[in-house]
Amino acid sequence: MNGSNLITLSLFILFAPLVGFWFTLILGKKVEKSYLIEIVISTLVLLTTIYVTFTKLFYFPDTKFVSEFTWINLGEMPLLGKVTVELGMMIDNITALMLFVVALISSLVHYYSIEYMKGDKRYNRYFAFLGIFTFSMMGIVLTHNILMMYIFWELVGLSSYLLIGFWFEKDSASDASKKAFLVNRIGDLGMFAGILLIFVNYHTFTFDKIFMAIGNGVLPFNSEFWLTIVGILLFCGAIGKSAQFPLHVWLPDAMEGPTPVSALIHAATMVAAGVYLVARIFPMMTGDALLFVAVIGALSAFIPATIALTQTDIKKVLAYSTISQLGYMIMALGVGSFAFGFFHLVTHAFFKAGLFLGAGSVIHAMHHEQDIMKMGGLRKKLPVTYYTFLIFCLAISGVPLTSGFLTKDGILAGTFAFGLLTGNSIFAITGFFVAMLTAFYMFRILILTFHGKPQDEHKYEHAHESPFLMIAPLVLLAILSIFIFYTANPFNADSGWVLSNWIKTPASVVPEHARYSFMVPEKMQEAAVKTTEHITHSEVYTEALHHAHIPAVLLSLVLAGLGILLAFAFYQWKKIDVDALTLKVKPLYTFSLNKWYFDEFYHKTFVSGLLGISNILAWFDNYVVDGIVNGAASVTRMLSRFSGVFDNYVVDGAVNLTATFSGLIGLAFRKLQTGKVQAYVVLVVFSLVLLLLFFVKI
Amino acid sequence: MQQVPFLSLITFLPLFGMIIILLLPKSNEKAIKSVSIIITGIQVVLAGMIWSMYNYSLGGINNQATYQFVEKFRWIEIATVSWLGTIKVDYFMGIDGLSAPLLFLTALISFIAAISSWKIDHSLKGYHAMYLLLVTGMVGVFVSLDLFLFYIFWELMLLPMYFLIGIWGGPRKEYAAIKFFIYTLFGSVFLLLVMIGLYLSATETLANGTKVFTFNMIALMDPQNYTQTGILSPLNPNNLRFVAYIAMFVGFAIKIPMFPFHTWLPDAHVEAPTAISVILAGVLLKMGTYGILRLNFPIFPEITQQLVWWIALFGAINIIYGALCAMAQKDFKKLIAYSSVSHMGFVMLGMASLNTAGISGAVFQMFNHGTITAMLFLIVGVIYDRAHTRGLDDFGGLAVQMPIYTGFVSFAFFAAIGLPGLSGFISEAFVFLGAFSNVQIRVITVVSTLGILLGAGYMLWTLQRVYLGKLNEKWNKLPDLDFREYAMLVPLAVIILILGVYPSFMLDLMNSSVNTMVTFMAKSQTFFSSIQF
Repeated sequence: MNGSNLITLSLFILFAPLVGFWFTLILGKKVEKSYLIEIVISTLVLLTTIYVTFTKLFYFPDTKFVSEFTWINLGEMPLLGKVTVELGMMIDNITALMLFVVALISSLVHYYSIEYMKGDKRYNRYFAFLGIFTFSMMGIVLTHNILMMYIFWELVGLSSYLLIGFWFEKDSASDASKKAFLVNRIGDLGMFAGILLIFVNYHTFTFDKIFMAIGNGVLPFNSEFWLTIVGILLFCGAIGKSAQFPLHVWLPDAMEGPTPVSALIHAATMVAAGVYLVARIFPMMTGDALLFVAVIGALSAFIPATIALTQTDIKKVLAYSTISQLGYMIMALGVGSFAFGFFHLVTHAFFKAGLFLGAGSVIHAMHHEQDIMKMGGLRKKLPVTYYTFLIFCLAISGVPLTSGFLTKDGILAGTFAFGLLTGNSIFAITGFFVAMLTAFYMFRILILTFHGKPQDEHKYEHAHESPFLMIAPLVLLAILSIFIFYTANPFNADSGWVLSNWIKTPASVVPEHARYSFMVPEKMQEAAVKTTEHITHSEVYTEALHHAHIPAVLLSLVLAGLGILLAFAFYQWKKIDVDALTLKVKPLYTFSLNKWYFDEFYHKTFVSGLLGISNILAWFDNYVVDGIVNGAASVTRMLSRFSGVFDNYVVDGAVNLTATFSGLIGLAFRKLQTGKVQAYVVLVVFSLVLLLLFFVKI
Repeated sequence: MQQVPFLSLITFLPLFGMIIILLLPKSNEKAIKSVSIIITGIQVVLAGMIWSMYNYSLGGINNQATYQFVEKFRWIEIATVSWLGTIKVDYFMGIDGLSAPLLFLTALISFIAAISSWKIDHSLKGYHAMYLLLVTGMVGVFVSLDLFLFYIFWELMLLPMYFLIGIWGGPRKEYAAIKFFIYTLFGSVFLLLVMIGLYLSATETLANGTKVFTFNMIALMDPQNYTQTGILSPLNPNNLRFVAYIAMFVGFAIKIPMFPFHTWLPDAHVEAPTAISVILAGVLLKMGTYGILRLNFPIFPEITQQLVWWIALFGAINIIYGALCAMAQKDFKKLIAYSSVSHMGFVMLGMASLNTAGISGAVFQMFNHGTITAMLFLIVGVIYDRAHTRGLDDFGGLAVQMPIYTGFVSFAFFAAIGLPGLSGFISEAFVFLGAFSNVQIRVITVVSTLGILLGAGYMLWTLQRVYLGKLNEKWNKLPDLDFREYAMLVPLAVIILILGVYPSFMLDLMNSSVNTMVTFMAKSQTFFSSIQF
């Protein structure tokens, strides 16, 4: 086995969904069941991906497969030098893991949708859109350069737009899709600026070449400051796509899309692309850039968690929880806990997709009711959905024996260690507090949905467990949420194969004094001994992480337990009167219920401001700019009228005056010309006399 | 093969078509329409043949030997004229990597617009005769290498355009037609003045050794050809080159149209019939930017260097101002017209970079704007034909009623937004890469990227207002696309997609010319700085 076929197979993984998209879209209603094309393709893609992923991880864990071709060749250019733009693929371990996550969830969602979307009038088109999404997402995962990533970045934006607005007859859906695209574009603008900076400085877009150049000491504009700026600008793309603060507002609205889409795009894969981006550019992130990342991550973990406490739409709660969990991952990367940040992406993808699909199953059973206040008692009606949902809730709360415990605990330990090393404990505090909130609001929706008495008897009566194709994905994802797939020791992820063999922190290429202090390898000799290991973290860090581990486990267990307990006390046993408490903290409650007024704020400032400016400019254009043009025309017309008058009265007047004058003279002389011979004779004689008097001088 | 005068054929073929139409009886409407389509169809074939024979490695620009399909012979020669000596004008045509893409674009768009003209319902004979005359004018502008000839075609195009808008236009057609005509003529006057100034400042050596004044564009690009005393000669310490540059620039800027000379465009578009809007946006606007690249840049390289910041600034104003104005429009066609203003701003920004990436991006953007905006105007035409209104708020939910049409609409809108995979993305990306590489205009470039966001804003908002949401029941009888509309939209969509996935088709075509130009501009910088007064 030499792995040379991996690239070829990846090409199939990438392009097959695109083929599926075009065929399904064009055949559409003309061919009965054209959606089956997509189903078959997505299954084939899954099988290929399983082969590729595990061949890569088991046989070539330390090899990086790269293949590229020249897409645009501008040749040797004056002023700019030689520039070629390559398109290419790279398969390393995180690519392989990500491929598996995307392919698996994508195909599960395909199967699930067969039942969930049944009866929709644009059934085939829905599957076509899933196809173009899978294509775009695979592109992000497989690429080896930042420009190509940007290309697919925009394409997932398109597929997200199409799928959120799938039921575009609803204004809320078309609003949400527009909002998602535009808010994402704000982030993409930053990312694009980062790409421009990279191009100007390195004349390449390929990650490895950029890293190599930085490693050789070539910094943007020869300054570490600009390296930080490049890192932050690229990270802006992640802020948009992963719905991080302050661009998180699009994700809750995106829940207007069909629920399986929310599971695939807005929980497991596309929104995780931001985390993937940060993981890709991790080697070039300076300490300052990482700190920025961590701060954004912490804010994004905290704010949505507080909002999720009071929301009553089951999908909205899950959406806020997604932002919060993505914030966790981003924060983990930001504090240098690369492995756990990425690992959490994988485990979160499974249990969050499961939560959404479970919610979909509930919504399906309740005839498109999404308000948890109108549910209750569904445990008996939907047993499989309930038990899988319970496993997912345990996983997201970080209860031992679940996958979520492994990774969340790792992240918390990472922030804890960061606190020990730098004295900055804000991330650890945020992390632990959010862990408690998460446990609380997840069990809140679990209890309100499945426990207690049904709130809407009519809908309850008609509820029934979902069909096999919807249940099977839930069960599979629930199984994948158990620790055993990741490590043999349920309390220590480090000993598992995922962390020790598969996810390795890449070596930083940033100049040493611009990194986090603990990332500087202090003992280069020791580093040289373990040549296979990437040395990013110093001994000190490993030590700190080791110390942080046990307290972090215990504290997170206590807090998760407390959160769950509180949820039961509030909603199951009703020991605490929720309404009374709500009244007591009314302002806080309203603030959370209204999502911290982000939407209102953005609307009042940016949206209204922009529309206002655009209206003013349109007015300006119409009345001032065009007014000058029309004014010039009027002035010209006026001048011409004036010159017309002048011409008529002055110029022509002069002509006429001459004529009149001649006429007058004529008039005078006419009197003399009487036509009588006698008068003429008298005149002649008289004249003669006068002449004689003058000339002869008598 | 070089013996075949391809450029003359492709230029005057429509004129020949016009004569045929004039000879046809008025009543035979089908024949008249068909002549238009067939003639422009043959033009597309000719353009294809030219493309297939085009040599990608030749640069053109300031080197006559590397122009292709050259046709040159003495056209006007008056042996002795008092003061001026010999007057001579050449019939001189040729293409290089700057004009070739635009020539192909013109052939393509003329053909598409000819199909679109099928819907014209009165005074057909006059319309099609004028239309073909217009096509001759447009092609002529792009292939002329003699200023005199260039100017003739430039003016030739105005006349039919005036009638096409003024007779076959909408309710305010007279106003729009006169505005268009006067505005453009106003620019032409500047052009004419500069042209005469240049003529009197530069000489060309004939075969017999005598030096005569020249209109030859390529000769005008060589500072060695200027006389010591010519008013626009760089050798004359009191020259008026700066003024001439501005005058010529304004002449072209009106055509682009550059802020603040753009207000004729929305009026002309709103009143013009669909086919003429397509021509106007697809081809005519490019003449402005083409003229600047072909004449202003290489004839006045030293002043161009001085003014790049300003060119970029006006480019940025076009991008952002155009986008913001578009956002406020209530009329579909006006919105697209302002989006043109915005998109042409990218061309100016790219040109101002003075490097290969930026200028390639600019020329490519001209081509892409031609195809994408043509598609957008056709799309507006489709609903206007059916609903007889263009108010953005009069519709809603058309996606339900006309799904295939909406598919094309989304395609065109996303192309205009610059979605990767479609051609607009590549050209915008290259414009930004190039412009950002030029230190002088870096800040302006960063500000201009806002245009990407604003563009997405007004396009998606329009998509939502007209096509998404609940179907307005008033329109529940509108039929989806018919064959003729497919014939117009499909080729454009295919080209947009192909050039988006594999842009090298177009980039390679212009690459050596753009490189030649960039080198020439950079070199002449040293020449001009060496002149000491």
